[in-house]
Amino acid sequence: MTLRLPLAFTALLLSLPLWASPFVVFQIGAQALGLGCVALSLSWLMSQAGAVSLAQLSVAGVAGYGVALLGGSEFEPSRGWPWTVAVPLALLAGVAAGAALGWLAARTEGLQTIMLTLAVAVAWALFLQQNQVLTNGFNGITGTRAPTVWGVDLSRPTPFYLLSLAVAAACVLVVQRLYGTVFGLTLRGARDDARKMAALGYQVQQHRIAAYAFAGLVASLGGVLRLWFNGQISSGSMAMGPVIDILVIAVIGGTRYAWGPFAGALVFVLLQNFAGDIVSAERFRLFVGVVFLILVLATRDGLAGLWDHWRGGVLRQRGVHNL
Amino acid sequence: MQTFRLFNSLRIFMRRTGALATLAAVVGVGAVHAQEAVKIGVVATLEGPFAVLGQDAIRGAELAIAERGGKVAGRSIEMIKASSTGAPDTAVVASRKLIEQDKVQFVVGPLSGSEGIAVKEYAKSQPGVTFFATSGAQQTTMVTPAPNLFRFTTDGAQMIAGLGDAAFAKGFKRVVTVAEDYSYPYSQIQGFMLEYCKAGGRVIDKLWVPFGTKDYSGVVSRIPADADAILVALAGADAVNFLTQYEQAGGSTPLIGGSAMVDQGVLAAKGKRRDWVAGTPSAGPLADDLDTPEWKRFVSAYKTTFKDGFPSPSLFALFYYINTKALLDGLDTVKGEPGANHSSLRVALSSMELKTPTGLVRLDENRQAIADIFVTEVVKTGSGLATRLVKVIPRVNQTLGLSKDEFMKVGMATKTSPECR
Amino acid sequence: MYSFARMKLLIVTFLNGLTLAALYFLVAAGFSLIFGLLRQVNLAHGSLFLVGSYTGFSAAQWSGFWWFGAFVGAAASAGLGLLMYVALFRRFQGDEMRQTLASVALSIILADVMLWFWGGAPHQLDLPDALTGSVVLGMGIKYPVSRLFVTGLTLLVGLGLFVLLSRTRFGVLVRAGVEDAEMLAASGVPVQRLFMATFALGAALTGFAGVVGASVLSVSPGEDARYLLASLVVVIVGGIGSLRGAAVGALLIGLAEQMGLVYAPTYGVVFTFVLMVAVLRWRPHGLFGVAGGLRHV
Repeated sequence: MTLRLPLAFTALLLSLPLWASPFVVFQIGAQALGLGCVALSLSWLMSQAGAVSLAQLSVAGVAGYGVALLGGSEFEPSRGWPWTVAVPLALLAGVAAGAALGWLAARTEGLQTIMLTLAVAVAWALFLQQNQVLTNGFNGITGTRAPTVWGVDLSRPTPFYLLSLAVAAACVLVVQRLYGTVFGLTLRGARDDARKMAALGYQVQQHRIAAYAFAGLVASLGGVLRLWFNGQISSGSMAMGPVIDILVIAVIGGTRYAWGPFAGALVFVLLQNFAGDIVSAERFRLFVGVVFLILVLATRDGLAGLWDHWRGGVLRQRGVHNL
Repeated sequence: MQTFRLFNSLRIFMRRTGALATLAAVVGVGAVHAQEAVKIGVVATLEGPFAVLGQDAIRGAELAIAERGGKVAGRSIEMIKASSTGAPDTAVVASRKLIEQDKVQFVVGPLSGSEGIAVKEYAKSQPGVTFFATSGAQQTTMVTPAPNLFRFTTDGAQMIAGLGDAAFAKGFKRVVTVAEDYSYPYSQIQGFMLEYCKAGGRVIDKLWVPFGTKDYSGVVSRIPADADAILVALAGADAVNFLTQYEQAGGSTPLIGGSAMVDQGVLAAKGKRRDWVAGTPSAGPLADDLDTPEWKRFVSAYKTTFKDGFPSPSLFALFYYINTKALLDGLDTVKGEPGANHSSLRVALSSMELKTPTGLVRLDENRQAIADIFVTEVVKTGSGLATRLVKVIPRVNQTLGLSKDEFMKVGMATKTSPECR
Repeated sequence: MYSFARMKLLIVTFLNGLTLAALYFLVAAGFSLIFGLLRQVNLAHGSLFLVGSYTGFSAAQWSGFWWFGAFVGAAASAGLGLLMYVALFRRFQGDEMRQTLASVALSIILADVMLWFWGGAPHQLDLPDALTGSVVLGMGIKYPVSRLFVTGLTLLVGLGLFVLLSRTRFGVLVRAGVEDAEMLAASGVPVQRLFMATFALGAALTGFAGVVGASVLSVSPGEDARYLLASLVVVIVGGIGSLRGAAVGALLIGLAEQMGLVYAPTYGVVFTFVLMVAVLRWRPHGLFGVAGGLRHV
């Protein structure tokens, strides 16, 4: 997770609204960025803490519902507070949810983590579906649009895209920053050999919980973006299907680079929108599954791994073994 | 060496052309700007428990288009379908794809109540597209309606007009309801209770199941023994599963059918015969044996066009047919020019008196249909089960004949209101 | 009189819970065996269920015999399971993450292929006439024969499995292989063939469960996820690699689910998952599982 994005690529991303159609900017670009943030939280946990948490989308949902309930929406109980209050509070709730997830999952490893987080995700989606008072049950909460900030309507394609880009870039930068910190090192140490770390005096569990909390923040940012992108939120968007989609995105993209999940999200969104032109639109899932399978079988680490391989194992050359 | 260079430059050329082509697609150059074809997007539940109903809905839309030979006001019609599952976000995703990617100008659908409410909200952000809602939740047109959303078919509460009185008249004094936990069944039960409770009946319990439930054993066992009848406001596969398991458990309490329970989608579903359902009273937007020439024409057109359809069209086929026909008739009226942001078309639609197979339909101030409703009874026919007309309730509006204030006193349809235990 | 009705409700709910437990046991037993012995998490296990359901449905429709459908369903799943094992799991022996992810990919692919072939509408198998209708159980309780049949059949299958694992050579080898596969291979036992047989057996059980589930309830896209989750929950609660654990786990989960649906209808559905999370948090090896595998059946 250390490669810096080349300048040309950054320029490309920034200039997208200038030369691409609004459909591409919004449906493809902004959507990929929002999904990518959620997938990044999973990807980061996977690579740094060795934890495959399938509940990241659920944590994202906590923040999403937070903004929907605290901010304005078509749902009666929504408070209608301004976004400057609603969003930070919702993000806080997301971090808390992440920490709670961490408290549940920190002691588990490998497969148990997967199963536990999957159970949490499904239970959460079911709870959201059944609860009427807070979450409006099956209907969900509609009418949640991005706010107007300083005269700019953030729900329009270009402003929303730039907002998503800014959020994604911030997440990527922080993640890269974390890599070289003591926290990052400790996490990776715990990932590789928890017993040794504990013997050395490190508080492994607390570090893990903190990791989940940070991942919760990243996921929450993605959750708010998703809420504003869709204009609504419901339990269906956190059911098992979308949960697995996040895993697919993270794996397709690869976990060794911070931009991996975004590449994965882009591929996913492209497939979703253009599968209809290649195979029948209804066979989109089949297409995604096949691409996913090929990437799992043929590559070590998804697109990021392919990129690395193509670049001649740059990281290997640089002597960075401990990803 | 020469070959390599040639090959190399060829590769570069292809890469560049390929890149250019992709760029063109991305930039939207060469996008279809042709105003010629009328693009209609149709959203229906082609997955999930209502998949079979969604298929019939598509048939209804196709029939309306085929009737006009695929053209309206001199322009050809292109129909693009998109699938949803019954969950609200899937309908919004489908609608968005149709509008933003396939560039449709009109959207017909979605099928399920809660989907409709979500699409209504989405419609507000798409002022250049006109939506024709076919789903049955009350709030889609009653609460903060969208100015570009029209519904030429009735909501769940309207659809069931007449049944409350009929059920009470049959001697059912204490009724239990079984329904899925979302907006359309809420409206069905509210519509039923409006009449039924006023007549003196009591709904002693409401049993809710999550949308898409497979195992109804728990619900069946909770049906109180002292209930006179069970109002089954389930649809599609949920209704089929319930009926099967109810019969398996030896249930003997008589049923009252919600509009979708006695629909062909359930009565004609594959599997064991459901003859024991005969005699069930119901109410809905159609009766399979209507005696009008319009209905008969519609049924025979359906049967000849779709060999793989039901013995008689389902209410979903009817609903999609009606709304698509409304769109096409509207386009006819404005001679194929809907106007800026479809303004002329929308004016025409708001004042239209639409001729449908089940009677004349007019819109109220929320662009919601006022239509005839039919109280029916399930009977056995030569080809299985069907609904027989018992009584016509003419011109049912969204407040069910009450004034707006009276209606609000009863309350909008929610899970817990109204109550009359 | 009132408490009589309550008693009836309790009994019927209990019986419903048993039926569900029986279904879950059939699916989870296969999962547990594969998991415990091969240390493989097959997240495409639900797909095996679905394949059994659909192929069984088509076979039963075509032939008119439920038992033929059941056989075909089980065989199809066994075949698919073997294919999965040979093409994927054996290749990635030792690389748990890749196996898991590949199985996820497979489940996505299989789910869509089945949606393609059989469509989105639910299908239901018709049981033989003798097994339809209801029977009076005393206390005026009428109960569907089909559900009693499922419970009874599963008891038989469970007993058969128990005998297989504890009294036959095959069973001894399986249990030994769980404890120490290397040792077993070293002593000359063809371990690969043993694994394959176990995988096929687990898959066949699941396919059979699929046919049963499609008969008593119904089958439609999405059931694969549901039964996969159920297997996970059962195996986590009961313990990995333990047949007894799968039985107890299935019983607990089936009963909890039905009780929840009847007595706490709003949040009953959440119960089972809360139970699973609790077990994973405080007793990660389940009630009967031991870190390391199939110590006892």
